[in-house]
Amino acid sequence: MGHIVELEGVNKIYGSNHVVKDLSLDVEEGEFLTLLGSSGCGKTTTLRMIAGFEEPSSGSIRVEGQSIEEKEPFERDVNTVFQSYALFPHMTIHDNIAYGLKMKKVPKKETEERVAQMMAMVQLEGFEKRYPSQLSGGQKQRVAIARALINRPRVLLLDEPLGALDLKLRKQMQLELKRLQKKLHITFIYVTHDQEEALTMSDRIVIMHDGIMDQIGTPSEIYEAPKTKFVATFIGETNVFDGCISEMNQNRVQVMVENGSISGCGTGFEKGEYITVSVRPEKMKFSQTPQDGFSLNAVVRDYIYVGSVVKCIAVLPNGNELKMEKFAGDMLPAPGTQVYPFWNPEDAVLIHSQSHVVYQAMENVVLK
Amino acid sequence: MKHSGHEWKSNTLPAFVTVAPVAVCMLFLVIVPLIYVVIMSFCSIDEYYNVVFRFTLKNYAMLADAQYTHIYLQSLLIAFLTTVFCILIAYPFSFLIARTKSRKKNIYYMMVIIPFWTNSLIRIYGWRTFLGTNGWLNNALRFLHLTDAPVNFLFNRGTTVLGMVYCLMPFMILPLYTSIEKLDQNLLEASADLGARRGATFLHVILPLTSGGIFSGSIMVFIPCLGYFFVSDILGGGNSDVIGNLIERQFQSGNNWPFGAALSIILIVITLLLVKCYQKIGGSMDALGV
Repeated sequence: MGHIVELEGVNKIYGSNHVVKDLSLDVEEGEFLTLLGSSGCGKTTTLRMIAGFEEPSSGSIRVEGQSIEEKEPFERDVNTVFQSYALFPHMTIHDNIAYGLKMKKVPKKETEERVAQMMAMVQLEGFEKRYPSQLSGGQKQRVAIARALINRPRVLLLDEPLGALDLKLRKQMQLELKRLQKKLHITFIYVTHDQEEALTMSDRIVIMHDGIMDQIGTPSEIYEAPKTKFVATFIGETNVFDGCISEMNQNRVQVMVENGSISGCGTGFEKGEYITVSVRPEKMKFSQTPQDGFSLNAVVRDYIYVGSVVKCIAVLPNGNELKMEKFAGDMLPAPGTQVYPFWNPEDAVLIHSQSHVVYQAMENVVLK
Repeated sequence: MKHSGHEWKSNTLPAFVTVAPVAVCMLFLVIVPLIYVVIMSFCSIDEYYNVVFRFTLKNYAMLADAQYTHIYLQSLLIAFLTTVFCILIAYPFSFLIARTKSRKKNIYYMMVIIPFWTNSLIRIYGWRTFLGTNGWLNNALRFLHLTDAPVNFLFNRGTTVLGMVYCLMPFMILPLYTSIEKLDQNLLEASADLGARRGATFLHVILPLTSGGIFSGSIMVFIPCLGYFFVSDILGGGNSDVIGNLIERQFQSGNNWPFGAALSIILIVITLLLVKCYQKIGGSMDALGV
């Protein structure tokens, strides 16, 4: 498996706005890669640069080992599915899908065959003569995908393609897209701000934050071992504690935080270093008596029933809230009870202080 | 009955109060004069050129006269040429205004609007002074020794078309600008993404999506062209009359009001036919309401 798309030290600057900062990324052939981040994090700009709609301010982008900076969008082996679908309103569904082949002057007979094949693949047979305005959002989405895939691109870029659909349809389309991608073995680069969507569909996820790539990894790596505080808090729910390492015994780390002392496990840290400790709600436990290595105490405030689990909110002395998840059948202390939160030290994720990572990334930035 | 009486008060009265003034204006300013023109077109004149109410179809018979049919055809030709030139000039310019994002956009826009606010009669006289044998253009040509004798630019079909294009350009630019402005940038990117070169994108995406603007602009240029008699009067010098000139002459020097009325009816019929064609090809009537 080679790298089909390679980004090397890519920067994008609009005036005084540094949108993408020193992004280096290798996309493997046939993988489903998601660029995930909140709006304004540079993910769409990155996608538009790969598509060729924007030029990087510095750095290089290669597709199949070939630099594509000099190529016009129409010369590239890459197709895009737009967030707004961008279907041609004056053309029928058939003509929309056939557009790419018409531009490449593919013989009529072959065009017809391939259009029919595509229409079948996205389950839109019988819609050939309709216009985009006569279709529902989900159907338009399928047309947009078919219109891009008919060109048999090596890489398909998708810019929040499901953003305009309702939840149920979105779930359905997520599975369909994933199925399509596996079947056709095309590299998908997918942009979304929906973390659940990213976790469901992706082989690998790139988390972007303020134009910087915070972390790249499989969904479970991102969830289980976040490298930055941003990633930890962005993906799923978590409890974070900022503090200073007070003691280290092999990989067992003791951290002083505002409300007391907590334990975690990790290597590569130094005594006295400022770190962030992240603990998922499902890993949190509490007892009526203080536990070894933990000196936190909290007051149970509220329970929220979410089907099979119960979410418990407890408040620390400084007013910060702790989220815990319990099974509905468990014995639950009444609200107002004092409890001692703890966890298995192996379940805590220790993260180097965020500012350290940002500083590292900023150092590499080359301004043109 | 009491109930329906109440309904009359709550629904009909406000509707009546708001609509009635407009209806009265329309009645006295549009419908009554129009009926007057229709009646006039069937009247005769006596030997002293007074209008007498004696029914005749003579006015309509006169319309088929060869010298008049020549002018109808000439009018259509001038209107057609004007429309074509307006499209060719207005399209790139509208694109420029629509695609400019900076403060220049307003300047371009004002370049269209400010002349539009100025009396067109004065502007046409300006052209006459500019193009005349002693005008600036001839003086400049002589100064540069490009000609020895003054060139006669005025008083032909070309100058009439020039004047018409000049006068009617804003009517083409405004609808074109509106339709180009509405063009979704994503569609152009999608077209490029699917392998279309710039020319192909223009032909397959931009042109079809702005055709509404071209159609409504064309209607708004073509129709006034048939009636803008002062342009052909001042710049054409009687060599390139349009239907408007014929009508004007019947009411002034010709002093044959019934025949002028019949000509007006013909102009109205041509206009209605053109608007009908426009609707047939799917043009929106709202787009004409500038």
